[in-house]
Amino acid sequence: MTVSANAPLIEVSDLGVRLNTSRGPAQAVRGVSFSLRRGETLGLVGESGCGKSVTALALMGLLPDSAVISGSIRLDGSELVGLPDAHYCKLRGNRISMIFQEPMTALNPMHTIGRQVAEPLRRHTNCSAGEARKQAIALLDRVGLPDAAKRVDAYPHQFSGGQRQRVTIAMALACQPDVLIADEPTTALDVTIQGQILDLIADIVAERGMSMILISHDLGVIAENVQRMMVMYGGTVVESGATEAVFTRMGHPYTQGLFRARPRLGARKGTRLKTIAGTVPELADLPSGCTFADRCAIVEDRCRVAPPAAVDVGAGHGVRCLRTDVSMAEAVGVLGA
Amino acid sequence: MSTPLSASVEVGATTARPRLASGFWRRALRHRSFVTGGTLSLMVLCAALLSLVWTPWSAYEIDVASKLRPPSAAHWLGTDVLGRDIVSLLLVGARSTIMVGIIAVGIGLTFGVCLGLIAAARKGWTEEIIMRMSDFTFAFPAVLSAIMLAAVFGPGMVTSIVAIGIFQIPTLVRLTRGSANAIWAREFVLAARACGKGGFRITIEHVLPNVLPILIVQATIQFALAILAEAALSYLGLGTQPPQPSWGRMLNDAQTLLFQSPMLAVYPGAAIAIAVLGLNLFGDGLRDLLDPRLARER
Repeated sequence: MTVSANAPLIEVSDLGVRLNTSRGPAQAVRGVSFSLRRGETLGLVGESGCGKSVTALALMGLLPDSAVISGSIRLDGSELVGLPDAHYCKLRGNRISMIFQEPMTALNPMHTIGRQVAEPLRRHTNCSAGEARKQAIALLDRVGLPDAAKRVDAYPHQFSGGQRQRVTIAMALACQPDVLIADEPTTALDVTIQGQILDLIADIVAERGMSMILISHDLGVIAENVQRMMVMYGGTVVESGATEAVFTRMGHPYTQGLFRARPRLGARKGTRLKTIAGTVPELADLPSGCTFADRCAIVEDRCRVAPPAAVDVGAGHGVRCLRTDVSMAEAVGVLGA
Repeated sequence: MSTPLSASVEVGATTARPRLASGFWRRALRHRSFVTGGTLSLMVLCAALLSLVWTPWSAYEIDVASKLRPPSAAHWLGTDVLGRDIVSLLLVGARSTIMVGIIAVGIGLTFGVCLGLIAAARKGWTEEIIMRMSDFTFAFPAVLSAIMLAAVFGPGMVTSIVAIGIFQIPTLVRLTRGSANAIWAREFVLAARACGKGGFRITIEHVLPNVLPILIVQATIQFALAILAEAALSYLGLGTQPPQPSWGRMLNDAQTLLFQSPMLAVYPGAAIAIAVLGLNLFGDGLRDLLDPRLARER
């Protein structure tokens, strides 16, 4: 477990995932590479179907058996792609864990929450049932479930959505994992609860020095909660860099589009949200060139020839676009608008 | 609605289990169909147990002189075509009915549920093979498999029970696999996998408890089917062999005398109805009681 602090905890290089769908094989993720150091937080942002969740499931080794994974995922230097499921089981919940989008369905209705939080502990550590139960109560208390000691024997249906999400967070944190993957943890919750849950996750991540991958389609959530971010589109990372750098410089037309499409406070009444024209390309039938070409305002013929390579536009800030000269010049105007 | 909380305010970290259990019984005794069904099933069970030590008359003694008697002080429900006492026949018949029901459904459940769970957990070739085999078995009605088994092992109660049990397997395999597949697709299974659980543990801890309510209800239906199948097999001479009485046999014997003494068909019919109804209500109640979401007091 003791590796030098600078070595990446997770190193993903050239990750590709092909899923077998009813409409034929679909390349859900292409050439995704990133690394994550201990204690670092990374955001994945993009529209539905852009490959965010598939990337997360690939890290967890939870893709369906029919999925074809290429490239490499390394945790502390050891390769995870192709790892037998029995070995993966020892990592999941122990070193990598995940919080899911739907707290309403992520808990088994037939078991008490105490049992569900204690289970990873029983599974991965040698603690007794009583000890696991005590720790479960402590965890539930830490995630802010009121009256944890009394409610530990309650069933999921007796809790509200926000409380259930707190329970799933407790479950994910039980074994003090090194990496926490949060897949849209607040999408299914009320806006008022969203902030609380995100703050809770951020607090715990900081407190325990964990690394986190936060997946969201909400730019605001990403801006406030992660140090680095990756913008995904059509299964590829179109822009990546430090959160601040990406938000201030926005090199990719898609990132700019996302930014423009967000609702804003103080906008004049009747102002329509700007949308990105067109729809997300079908993953089973991706264009040969840039995946965003069909929706891009500044597209040129050469964009459609081959997928563009990542261009460095700043320190650690990469953009997959051939026209950064134009897009970055425009970006200033975008921010002003 | 009095909550159990008042009784258990100071409950510590280790005393949760007994509270849960006592809560179960308190709820159970207030559940109408559970109590009704339980009482009816218990009646049938008591009848069977009673027949082991006492019957008003011998159920095997033939007294042709006093055949087809109406109910009287000596024969409470009259006698059948061979002069046997109906009450005694019903009591002894309860034994074979319970045997057939429990063992045949037991065979069906054991194999059906295991195979169904395996098929859902492993998918791929394993699932294909299990499902095609169950389709194959499905093509043979109980009567046909009983005839085949009887040809090999000779007719009798055991043969008929095994045949009925085999006949029940495919239904339960399909039901289990179908419901288990639905559970496997749920997010909490993904969450359980994300916690590091393997297929076996997920099947036992997450899938089985969630398909159990459906299986309980289906098992009570299968129990009724087993009793009726036994009746049909007995009629063909493949089931319970005379002179051993069974409700199914009594019903079939009564068929030919339906116009002379219709009550002969009513008694075993009513007995079967009580057993089936009792089990159905019992199963319904059990399903409600096992589901924490329905665990309100009524």
